[in-house]
Amino acid sequence: MGGYGDVQLLREDGLRLDGRKLDEMRPVTIEAGILPAADGSAIVTHGLNVAVAAVYGPMEAHPRKIQRQDRAVIDVRYNMAPFSTSDRIRPGFNRRSREISKVTAESLESVVLVERFPRSKIRVEIEILAAEAGTRCAGITAASVALADAGIPMRDMIVGVASGKVEDTVVLDLDKAEDNYGQADLPVGILPNTGEIAFLQMDGDLSPEEYNLAMEYNFKAASEIHEIMVDALKRRYDGGGN
Amino acid sequence: MSQGQNGAELRLVTPGMAIGPSAGKRIGSGAVAQNEEIIATKLGWAREINDTVSVDPINSSYIPRSGDLVVATVAEVRNNLWFMDINGAFQGLLPMSLAPWKVEFGAARQHMGIGDAALARVQEVDECHNVVLTMKGVGLRRIKQGSLLTIPVNHIDRIKGKDNLTLERLKNSSDCRIIIGQNGKVWVDGDAEGIAWARKAIQIAQDHGHKNTFDAEISAHEKNAPNRGDV
Repeated sequence: MGGYGDVQLLREDGLRLDGRKLDEMRPVTIEAGILPAADGSAIVTHGLNVAVAAVYGPMEAHPRKIQRQDRAVIDVRYNMAPFSTSDRIRPGFNRRSREISKVTAESLESVVLVERFPRSKIRVEIEILAAEAGTRCAGITAASVALADAGIPMRDMIVGVASGKVEDTVVLDLDKAEDNYGQADLPVGILPNTGEIAFLQMDGDLSPEEYNLAMEYNFKAASEIHEIMVDALKRRYDGGGN
Repeated sequence: MSQGQNGAELRLVTPGMAIGPSAGKRIGSGAVAQNEEIIATKLGWAREINDTVSVDPINSSYIPRSGDLVVATVAEVRNNLWFMDINGAFQGLLPMSLAPWKVEFGAARQHMGIGDAALARVQEVDECHNVVLTMKGVGLRRIKQGSLLTIPVNHIDRIKGKDNLTLERLKNSSDCRIIIGQNGKVWVDGDAEGIAWARKAIQIAQDHGHKNTFDAEISAHEKNAPNRGDV
């Protein structure tokens, strides 16, 4: 038993408190093109998380000092709505949202063909409407679908997934209790077609064996979520083809 | 799965999806070669014509090219030039030397103010995406009447049709002048009824331009055209 005190996170029958198996993720739904004013948009529900992403651009980068002569910059703004958690969040940027915006922008820059749009800016707004652990993963998945919906060229989409450790056991897709009282959290951004990793963060400690198992879970979940992402984009343009 | 105009199968692909082996194929727009495979970079319809594999994007932004006819609106005015909104990432620059009028220094505002629209042509685009426009040329002028509409850039060819036939049908049916800028801005000029009908046709292009039901939708709309005699 690790983590904080004696909080029990696994049941006697080996299942988790919400009845999931160790390698089972929460239900995921994705819908593309939900915001008419945006060039591309998506909503992702991942368990009780709700993330909306909107993409605008490419547009001229302002202020001029952020322009890059050979490529576009991706300007990500991740924000949690004040009502997204049980305790009201003070509106506006904070240290955490700044960090998540930065890692999301850097991961998206690794897949978007930014060299096609010199001096431009692609603005990605991620709004978390409801939070229950794993919002950065839901946000990055939503941003990927929104970028594809906006017609921004990318060499792959990014799927955000997380595994972790509770009661010395590796589990996939931590919920709020597991995230708060567990021993480790390993969110990653996976490129499902190439198997590359666009971002990886780790909070807590994992042994090499636990890390390998967590990554195995993550890749399995990424493949499942990727199918849902593709399905969402295909549904949006159902009946297409000229 | 849909059928293309030549009967070939079209496949909806998403970014990162493998379209097929790259050996012996040329890579068109919307795709890249990676590890001996052709990978889609955009959401759209994969197409292979003459051994060239490309992706027709479902959504894309306007990338100006030299020679494009655009419908532009004035965004900013300086003493000797106008900054024009051309529906792209960057504004186009129209210097007074390329305007159709003799403009005195400081009098640019008297000819076109902010919000005014004009038909212009892209004179030059440099590697940093600076766009220079010209209004010197046949038919290029300030737009003083009619209605400005917007269509997705990737549906322009669809609404024009082969040899501009669909566009001609729309012009005849609405009894309006219709000019489609390469930047996705459409100028429609005629009577109110014709403009309203054309507006609805443009809306159909927006909603159904990527679908194979587009021609049927336009044909159905033509039955309500103000000028049905010419159809």
